[in-house]
Parts: sequence; structure tokens; C-alpha cells
Amino acid sequence: MYQYTEFDKQFVKLRAQQFRDQLERWQRGELTDEQLLPLRLQNGWYIQRYAPMARIAVPYGEISSTQLRMLARIAREYDKPTPELLAHAQKTQDELQAAQPGLTLAAPPLRYGYGHFTTRTNCQFNWIPITKAAEVMALLASVCMHGIQTSGNDIRNITCDAFEGIAEDEIVDTRAFAEITRQWSSLHPEFSFLPRKFKIAFNGAREDRAATGWYDIGLQALKNVAGEVGFTVKVGGGMGRTPVIGSVVREFLPWDQLLNYIEAIVRVYNSYGRRDNKWKARIKILVKAEGQKFIDDVEAEYKAIVEQDGAPHTISQAELDRVQSFFVVPELKAANLPSKVNSQGQLYRRWIGQNVRGHRLPGMRAVTLSFKRVGFAPGDADAATLDALAQLADQFSAGEARLTHEQNLMLPWVFESDLPALYEAARALGLAQPNIGLLTDMIACPGGDFCSLANARSLPIAAAITERYQDLDEVFDLGPIDLHMSGCINSCGHHHSGHIGILGVDKDGKEWYQVTLGGADGSDLSGPAIGGKVVGPSFSAAEVPDVIEAMLGTYRALRLSPAEHFIDTLRRVGHDPFKAAANGARHGHKAEALA
Amino acid sequence: MKIIAANAVPEPANDEKVLKIANDADIADIARGGALEGVTRIELQFPKFTDGRAYSQAVLLRRRYKFSGDLRAIGDVLIDLLVHMQRSGFTSAVLAEGVSPDAAERQFARYAAFYQGDVLQPRPHFARDATNETASEAA
Repeated sequence: MYQYTEFDKQFVKLRAQQFRDQLERWQRGELTDEQLLPLRLQNGWYIQRYAPMARIAVPYGEISSTQLRMLARIAREYDKPTPELLAHAQKTQDELQAAQPGLTLAAPPLRYGYGHFTTRTNCQFNWIPITKAAEVMALLASVCMHGIQTSGNDIRNITCDAFEGIAEDEIVDTRAFAEITRQWSSLHPEFSFLPRKFKIAFNGAREDRAATGWYDIGLQALKNVAGEVGFTVKVGGGMGRTPVIGSVVREFLPWDQLLNYIEAIVRVYNSYGRRDNKWKARIKILVKAEGQKFIDDVEAEYKAIVEQDGAPHTISQAELDRVQSFFVVPELKAANLPSKVNSQGQLYRRWIGQNVRGHRLPGMRAVTLSFKRVGFAPGDADAATLDALAQLADQFSAGEARLTHEQNLMLPWVFESDLPALYEAARALGLAQPNIGLLTDMIACPGGDFCSLANARSLPIAAAITERYQDLDEVFDLGPIDLHMSGCINSCGHHHSGHIGILGVDKDGKEWYQVTLGGADGSDLSGPAIGGKVVGPSFSAAEVPDVIEAMLGTYRALRLSPAEHFIDTLRRVGHDPFKAAANGARHGHKAEALA
Repeated sequence: MKIIAANAVPEPANDEKVLKIANDADIADIARGGALEGVTRIELQFPKFTDGRAYSQAVLLRRRYKFSGDLRAIGDVLIDLLVHMQRSGFTSAVLAEGVSPDAAERQFARYAAFYQGDVLQPRPHFARDATNETASEAA
């Protein structure tokens, strides 16, 4: 893992002090709410439905046990509504529930005292009062954490494949490049007020596990015939109201030109991206509108950066070596803890099959702890669990863990011989459901329970589907399925890339859901990145689990064998049988088409 | 960097040649047309402080077109932006109405250095400091 230098440590401390200063000036009335808004977003603080939401950066998902312990402390000591606020929030949610008789699902009660792992490998808290924000950011800075640019119209947290550095199909470990790019993008003076958010993803292996086609800039590492490292650069992918897959603008960009080229792209975007309409402000719109002209503009700007500016951000070999020196294999030590696990038992073998992955190093494994279980929202980890995760990371994984894009947590340095003991420990924490990659390993945003942007709640849907599909035999029979749900078109739940997508929409003040089929994130299982297609008019919450069940029934009926995956059956037979099944599952309410 | 309160903007002197550029104007076109010649001050616009186009205009004017006169920020200028502006090449700024210059100085005093190069210091941090720590040195 990257280790902060004195400069890095001081930088996040000063950033926390700057934010404290801004908050104090706001509290004194020297900054209006409107003036504070972009400033607090650039430190990760949203005002949400009932309380602020703090989004803490976990750069490319890597987190240390020390940092996990700090997240646990924040969850325990700060993620707490007053009793009055909680009562008010719960009452409001209950009223929302009562206003939709027969249309909605049982809603889990609101929780607090936990962190939430996001699809962008950040960690969110939903209840920290704004009066504690400065204190919390200072605490985080003490363990080299921050919320720098996790929100706002700036360059956001940079993501990678969770398996960088340990993947068997690795071409290049891109973490060093992600870290160098993160530093370059932090408090960039020219690019802090872009037309809209800007997201960059790296993928260093043959398989695209970082969904690079869905990013504003997607960077696929490769080596040319001379063995030199470079990146295929895709620009203009994105979700939201108009899902678009990125297009290749450079087949091979030499690694040392990475920052110069990104600078060119972002400068063109900053200059020409639309600012008149929030829904048309991402770079994907500019790329689609301008086509070849966009590429020409970027290449011209890049040429000027190199020839006229002297290419000042050419990454030196010395800097690459310095940063890469942190991403070597850590000191590995087996835990050698005893265990009573029956290694022939079906549950254990299923866990090995689903949650444990091969590794670049012989004798080592990558183990994903599943945060998808009955009674908990996807990706939620309470304070006790966060502390326990820190202990697991120390005991089993050289002090390191990784948040994944699917809202789970992965331990990257596990000895094969330690698997039984780790399984027992994970099981005791409720984190050993053998469902990684299966239906119940769903992605869900926090949705309308917390987020003021949401049109509908996602957590009751996630809970209902999780509860309905508790039978592991059934879940295994259904096989790998990407089920993604978002509470609104901002798509934080990545519904566009789900084999099955669920999108919350608002109609007449009630919660309705569009269901989509056939999306893909670009992985081997899913195929080339593409957005899903709507199956029909929206459904009520109560109908959604039946719709899912009906479509899965169609899959079972039409598949060539259990070995044919859901997404392959869907592609082979087409959407019509699935649409028929979905629409046939309506409860008899008049279903009106959405505009 | 010269910070000017909204109600204290001095009149231009007789020998000053001031050019105002809209924030959606193309700097290359303007330069090509010869409009930069003899200009002693360029004023760039921040219609809302969240509209950051003028930062790129400033960078281009300084780096590509070697403009060496006063580069002034006008519009919705808040003190929290002044450091970004200075680093992008602005040498003066007129604060928005009602914004007090009191808290401005300490914004400049906060960060000793930044990661990326800018107009004032073109080299990024990693290229400036010969004694960057490696893994063995970072405690």
C-alpha cells in the first residue's frame, strides 16, 4: 500500500484545517449556504434527507487495518443521530410507507453507527452532524484519510480492478499510476470547477474488472511489441440519464505521458463541456456531440503541452519507481490459527468456490468477505464489524484490505493454509455467505432512505430480494447474475450495467421502479460494456420481487442447461420472453407508461 | 496577487490597454486575430464561481501566448478561489459584492506546496524535490 510521506501527511492535515476554516466562516455567516456548497462537496460532505452524508475517499479501494479502525471509531462515536432526529426520520419514512398501501414493501428500520461501502470504493457515513465535520476530518487526516474531491465537479476518486497486484491475468499493476494520478488531480487549480464530475478508472489485467467502458476516462494497461508499458485510453463513458460507453481515443499512450494526456482531455472538457444543463454536462455528451473534432482538439492540446509547455508532467522513472516501491508484495506471514471447519462440507466448499479467488503468488488466495446478507443493507459495516475487519486484515492479510466495486471487502494476501480459520472467523461475523457473483451479491445505493436525490428507496427492494433468495441451492442453480439497483437516475447503484437493473423513479409522489435487462460492465462474464434495456412500464415496489422471480423462471425454462448463464440465455433468446414474464407478474394495478 | 474589494476598483490609467474576454471565448482565435497585442490587462469572467472556464483561459494565456500583463478575475470571486486563481496565472482579482477581503491572506499562507505544477511553478512536486521518500524512508 502507498505510504504517506511527510508532505502527503501535512497536505491532508492542511486540507482538514482549510475545511474547518470554511465551516467556521459559514457558521459565522461569512459564507452563505450556496457559497459553502461546492467547498464542502470537495471535501465529501453532502446535505442529505435527514443529516449530512460524509463520503470518505478510499483511493482505488486500498485500506489498511489502521484506517479500518479509524472508520470503526467514526462509526461508533460520530455516526449518531440525536433521538429526536432519528424519530423524525423514522416517522417520515413510515409515513412514506403508509402512503403507498399495497404498492410498497416492508421497510427495514433506519440504522446508524456504520459505514457504507460504495460502488466507487469510498466509505459513506449518513448521520455525522455538520458540527462534528471538522473534528472528523482531522481524525481521518491523522491516519492519512480524507474526503478530497469525493464529490463536486472535479476529478473524483480513482478506481482500479480490486485485484491489482494479485491477479493471475495481470499485465501491469496499475496502482502506482492510480496513485500518481490521484496526487496530480488533488486540488488541481485549473480543474476544480469542471462542468460536472469526472471519473477515471484503471484496469491492469487482461479481463476488464474495473468497468473502464463506463468511465469518463478508462485506462486499460497493455504492453506493446517492444514490451513497453502504455494505456489504451477510452473517453466519454458514463451512466446517468444518458448511458454511454467510452470510445477509444488512443490505442497506446506511453505510461510516462499519462498525466500530460489526461491534462489535455480535461482542459478540452473544462473549456467546452456544457454548463447550461446539468444532465448534459458530462464529457460523454461532448464526445458524442463533437466526435472526431473532440479527438482532434485533445490531440492538438496534448501536442501543445508536449511541444510548447515542455511536458512538465511527464512522469519520471524516478517517481514511478518511488511510488511503485510501495506496491510490492508485503511481508507475508501465515496466521496458522486452528480451525474446526469441515473442509469437505458443502457450505465451506461453496465458499471456496465463490468467495475465494486464485492469486498471482502460489499458495496465496484473494478472499472476498460478503456484505450481502439478510438483515443488512448491501455494503454496510457497523463499528464492531469494522474493528473486526481490521483484526482480520492484520491476522490474515498483511494488514491490508480492499473495498470492491461490488460493495464488498476483499483480503488480498491470504495463505491457502489459513482459509479454514479465516472462514470460521468470517462466518462468526456473518460475512461468509458464499454468494459472491451470484444473484444476492447485488449492488444497491442507499436510496431514498438517506439520499435526498433519490426518487425511491432501494433498501426495501434489496431486502425483499435477499430474503426471498435465501436458499443457497436455488441461488447456486441460478448462477452468476449482476443485479444492480439505483434509487434515481444518478445511477450510484450502476443499474445500467446490471444484467438485471432496477431504477427508482418518482410518479405522483409514489415510488415506482423501472426494470432493465442485458446491461454489461465489460467483464468476461458480461461481455462488452453496454446499457440495459427497459422491459416495460414501471412497477410498484411490491411487484419488483415477483418480476425478478418471473424473469428468473423464464431463464430456468429457456436455458440450454444450468451451465448457460443468465446473461447468455438472455442474449441468445432475446428480451421478449423475459419482458413477457416481467409484465405478466404485475399485480393488476393499472400500469401507466412513464414519459 | 492584488485583491480588490468590489467597491474599490480603481479606474484604469491612461496608458493601460484593457481587454475583457468572455469565458466562452476561444483564446486561440482571439490571439490569432492580434487582439492581445499591446494589452496590459486582461479581465476574465467568473459568471458564477462554479463556472471554472476562466481557469483554463488563464493558463493558456500565460503558457501558450506568454501574456505578461495583469490577468484579473472578475465576477463571482470568493476568497476560497484565490489560491486556485493565483496558481492559474491571475495577478489580480475583484471580489464579489459583499465578500470581505479579511480572510484572504490566510488562504495564501496555508499550503506550502502542491502536488501538480501550475503557472507559478510549472514542475510537479515529484520533479521539484530531489529527496522524495521511497518506501524504505517513509516511516
